[in-house]
Amino acid sequence: MATIPIRVPNLAASRTTARSRIRKRLPAAFALLPTALVVLVVYIGCMLWTVRLSFTSSTLLPKLDWVGLAQYSRLFANDRFLTSVENIAIFGVLFISGCLILGFLLAVFIDQNVRGEGVFRTVFLYPYAMSFVVTGVAWQWFLNPGLGLQKLVRDLGFPNFTFDWIVNQDMAIYTIVIAGLWHGAGLTMAILLAGLRGVDEDLWKAAKVDGIPTWRVYVSIVLPLLRPMVITATVLLTTGVVKLYDLVVAMTLGGPGIATEVPAKFVMDHLFERNNIALGTATATIMLIAVVSVLAPWVYARYVRPQGRHA
Amino acid sequence: MNAAQPQGRRPRRLTPGRIGVYVFLISAALFFLLPLWIMVVTSLKPMEEIRLGNILALPQMLTFEAWSKAWSSACTGLECHGISVGFWNSVRILIPSVIFSIIAGAINGYALSFWRVKGANILFGVLLLGAFIPYQVFLYPLVRIFSMTGIYNSLTCIVLVHVIFGLPTMTLLFRNYYAGLPIELFKAARIDGGGFWSIFFQVILPMSTPILVVATILQVTGIWNDFIFGLTFAGRENLPMTVQLNNIVHSTQGERAYNVDMAATMLAALVPLVIYFVSGRWFVRGIAAGAVKG
Amino acid sequence: MSAVSVRDVTVAFEAFRVFDGLSLDIEEGEFIVLLGPSGCGKSTLLNAIAGLLDVASGQIWIGGKNVTWEEPKDRGIAMVFQSYALYPRMSVRENMSFGLRMAKTPKPEIERRVNQAAELLQITHLLDRRPDQLSGGQRQRVAIGRALVRDAAVFLFDEPLSNLDAKLRNELRVEIKRLHARLGKTTMVYVTHDQIEAMTLADRIVVLKEQKVQQIGSPDEIYRRPANLFVAGFVGSPQMNFVKGRIEGSGAGPEFVSGKRRLSLAGYQFTDAPQPGREVVLGVRPEHLDILEAGTWPDFKVDIVEPMGADTVIWCSDGEGSIQVRTSGSKRTARGEALSVGVDPAQISLFAADSGDRL
Repeated sequence: MATIPIRVPNLAASRTTARSRIRKRLPAAFALLPTALVVLVVYIGCMLWTVRLSFTSSTLLPKLDWVGLAQYSRLFANDRFLTSVENIAIFGVLFISGCLILGFLLAVFIDQNVRGEGVFRTVFLYPYAMSFVVTGVAWQWFLNPGLGLQKLVRDLGFPNFTFDWIVNQDMAIYTIVIAGLWHGAGLTMAILLAGLRGVDEDLWKAAKVDGIPTWRVYVSIVLPLLRPMVITATVLLTTGVVKLYDLVVAMTLGGPGIATEVPAKFVMDHLFERNNIALGTATATIMLIAVVSVLAPWVYARYVRPQGRHA
Repeated sequence: MNAAQPQGRRPRRLTPGRIGVYVFLISAALFFLLPLWIMVVTSLKPMEEIRLGNILALPQMLTFEAWSKAWSSACTGLECHGISVGFWNSVRILIPSVIFSIIAGAINGYALSFWRVKGANILFGVLLLGAFIPYQVFLYPLVRIFSMTGIYNSLTCIVLVHVIFGLPTMTLLFRNYYAGLPIELFKAARIDGGGFWSIFFQVILPMSTPILVVATILQVTGIWNDFIFGLTFAGRENLPMTVQLNNIVHSTQGERAYNVDMAATMLAALVPLVIYFVSGRWFVRGIAAGAVKG
Repeated sequence: MSAVSVRDVTVAFEAFRVFDGLSLDIEEGEFIVLLGPSGCGKSTLLNAIAGLLDVASGQIWIGGKNVTWEEPKDRGIAMVFQSYALYPRMSVRENMSFGLRMAKTPKPEIERRVNQAAELLQITHLLDRRPDQLSGGQRQRVAIGRALVRDAAVFLFDEPLSNLDAKLRNELRVEIKRLHARLGKTTMVYVTHDQIEAMTLADRIVVLKEQKVQQIGSPDEIYRRPANLFVAGFVGSPQMNFVKGRIEGSGAGPEFVSGKRRLSLAGYQFTDAPQPGREVVLGVRPEHLDILEAGTWPDFKVDIVEPMGADTVIWCSDGEGSIQVRTSGSKRTARGEALSVGVDPAQISLFAADSGDRL
C-alpha cells in the first residue's frame, strides 16, 4: 500500500473531532453534572432568589411584589443594622490586623530554632480546632466580671481593678475581637510559618555573611517573600469576618442591648425570628455585594485566569 | 598562651535576645492556654467553690458531678437529657456528611484536573466564589426548597446541606492535589486503555491516601463545629452538639451552673481536640492544603 | 506504507495554534528522533501522535489506518515517559499488566507477555516490588517493559532518559538501541533535547524549533550538512564556529572573505550559484580545523586550553573573533602561544547571513 493521498477537508475533520471529543469526555461531564446542578440551583438560584426577595415587602411569607429599594432605605435608617455594620467594621479591622501581627510574631519567634517548637505550635493552633460556640462560651465565662478575670485581679489585692468590657455597651465588641484573635491567630501563624520555612536557606546565609541584623532580614527580605501567604491568610480571615455569627451568639447574644449585633445575626434574626424576610434578604444582599466586590478580582486572578494545564 | 586562643566549639551563651524570645513565646502560650485551663478547672469544681471566685485555682474538692450532669441531665430548653443527645445527633450528622462530601470532592477534583470538560473552568470559578459568599445569602431560599420537597428539618436535609456547602473546599482540595500528580501517569493509563472510572478507581484513588486523610480531618472538624446549618436545617430532633451547648448555656433558669456549662463545653470540644492532637501535622497540612496551595 | 504519518496537522491550545499544518512520514522499523530545545513542540507532536492531544485539523495515520479520532489505546502504540509514570500503588507486575487487564486479555497470555518482557529487560527479579523500591534506572526499565507487553507496532519515547544521571543515561541509551535492533520491525519515535541521544539512536532526526521543522535527515546529514544556522548551532558539542563574512568572486572562483581571513570556496557544493558580495556566515566544526605551521588563517594566539582527555579544545583568537579548534588529546599548548589555523574547505558550511539558510 502506498501512502494514501486522500485528503479529508479540514472543516469536516474538526467538526467530527469535536464530536469524538465530546463522546470521550462524556463520563467526566456526567460526573460533574450533580455539582453543576448544585451550583446552578443553590449557588446561583438561591442567591438570585434572595436578591429578588429583597425588593419585595415580604414579612412572614415570601411575596413577589416590587417595592424597589424601600427595604434598603428602611435598613439604612435602622439603628440595629447601622450598629451591626459599625461592629463588623471594628471587628474586621482589629481581628484581621491583630491576627496578622500576632500570627507573624508567633511564627517569627517560633522560627528562632527554639526548644519545644512542636509544643508551642500545638498550643497556638489548638483553639482553631474548636468551634466558635465553644470559644464564645469559654471567653464569656472568663470575662464574666462577677467571677472571672475582674474578680480574680481584685482578690489579688487590686480592689479597684475594673474589666467589665463584656457587659459594657461601648467595649463589648472588643471582647469579641479578643476571643476571635484567640481562635484565629494560630491559623495565621501556621500559614506564615509554612511560608517562613519555604524561604531559601541561601538567602539567610547571604544575609548573615553581609552582616544584616535578623529583624532587618525579616522586615525587608522575608516579609515581601511571604506576600502570597499574607494574602491567603487575609482572605481566609476576611471570610471569617463576614461569617461572624456563632461567636457572637454564644458569647453575648448581640448584647448588652444591641452593642455586639453583626450583619449575619441581623439576617438570621429577621429571617427566622422577626418574620421580616424582605429586610433580612436585603441585608444578605448587602453582605453579598460587599464580599463579591472584595473577592471577585482575587478569585479571578488566582483561579480562573491561569487555565488548566494542557493534557 | 594557647589556651586564650578560640579553639573548638564556640561557647553558647544565653543572650538577652534568646531570653526575650522565650519570654514572648511563653506568655503567648499562657494566653492561648488560659481559657482551656479555666474550662477544665471550673468543670471539676462544685458551684460553692466557684462562687468564691479565684477562677484560676485548682479545685479543692475535685468532683466529676458537673460532667455527668452535663452529659445526661443538663437542660437544653425544656428537655433535660444533657448534651449526650446532641453528641449522638452530631455523630449521626457527621458520618454521612463527611463520607458523601469527600466522595463528591474527589470525583469533582479528578474530573476537573484530568479531563478537560467544556465549561469546567467556569463551574469551578463559580463554585469557588460560592465558598466565600456568606451563608445568609442562601439560607432562606434553601429552607423554602427543602420545605417544598418535604425533607426540611430532617437528617437527610442537614447532611445534604453539609455536602452542598462542603463542595467548594473539597473540590479545591482534591483538584489541587491531583494537579500535583504527574500528568504522565494519567497519560500512561489512557494509553493502557483506562476509562474515566477505571483510571479513577485503579490509578488515582490508590494514590489519594494523604489527601483523603487531610479531607477527613478538615470535614470532621468543620462539620462537628458547625452551628448555623444545624440550627437552621437539622430540626428539633437532630440538633447537633454545638446548638445544644448554646441552648444549655443560654437557657438555664435561675443561677447558672458554670461548672456544668464548662463540662458541656469541654464535651463539645472533645472530638475536634482529640482529632487535632492525634493528627498533629496533618491538621496543619489540612489548613495549608485548603488554603495556601490554592 | 509508512508506519506513522502526520498529515498537515495543527494543534490548538485555546486560541494559540501550533504547527499550522505539519507533515511527517515515518517508515516502518525506523528510529526517528524529534530533537529541539524546550518549547519547540516536540512533545506536543508526540502527544498528538499518541492521541493524548486532539488535533485541530489534519490527520494522523498509524499502520495504514487513519487514527485521528481513535482513543490512545486503539492506536497500536506504547509510550514511555520522562517521569516513568509508574502507577505507585501497583507492583511492577501489576504495572506491566495493567493495560492488558484493561483490554481483558486472558490471564495466561498476560503472564506470558509480562515474563517475556521482564526477561528481555532483565527485571524478572523486580516483578513483585513496588516502584518506590526501585532505583531510577530500574524504574525506567519497568516503564519500557510496560510498553513492551503492549506488543505495539509503534513506541513513543518522551525524553525517557532525562531524569537519570549521566552514567545510567549512557547505559540505557545503548539498551534502547539494542532493543530496537532486537524487535526488528518496531517503529520508534523518540523525543529529546539531547543531541548526543539523537545522534546515537536515530535513523533519522527531525530538528524542530518554534513548532517548525528545521531539517529532517540522517544523523550524518544533520551533522555535516545542517540546513540552517539553528541546526548547525544546536547539534554538535563543542559548538560549530561561526565566522561572519562575504563572498567575493575572483579568477579562481568564489572566495570567502572576513577581514584578514580568506578561504577559497572552489570545492564547496553550493545549493545555488554564489553571488559575489553576498553577506554570509561560514560555519566550521572545531574538529575540522587544524593547527599547522602555516595554515589557511595565520596570526592566531591561544586564549584558553581545555584538555578533555581524548582530545583538547583550544580557544584562539586573531583579534577579530574567537575560534575553537579541537585537536588530539596529546597536543600541548600554552596560553599566548602563536599558531595558525588550517581550514578544510570540503568540511565547511555556508549560510546566508539574512535568512540563516544553507547556501
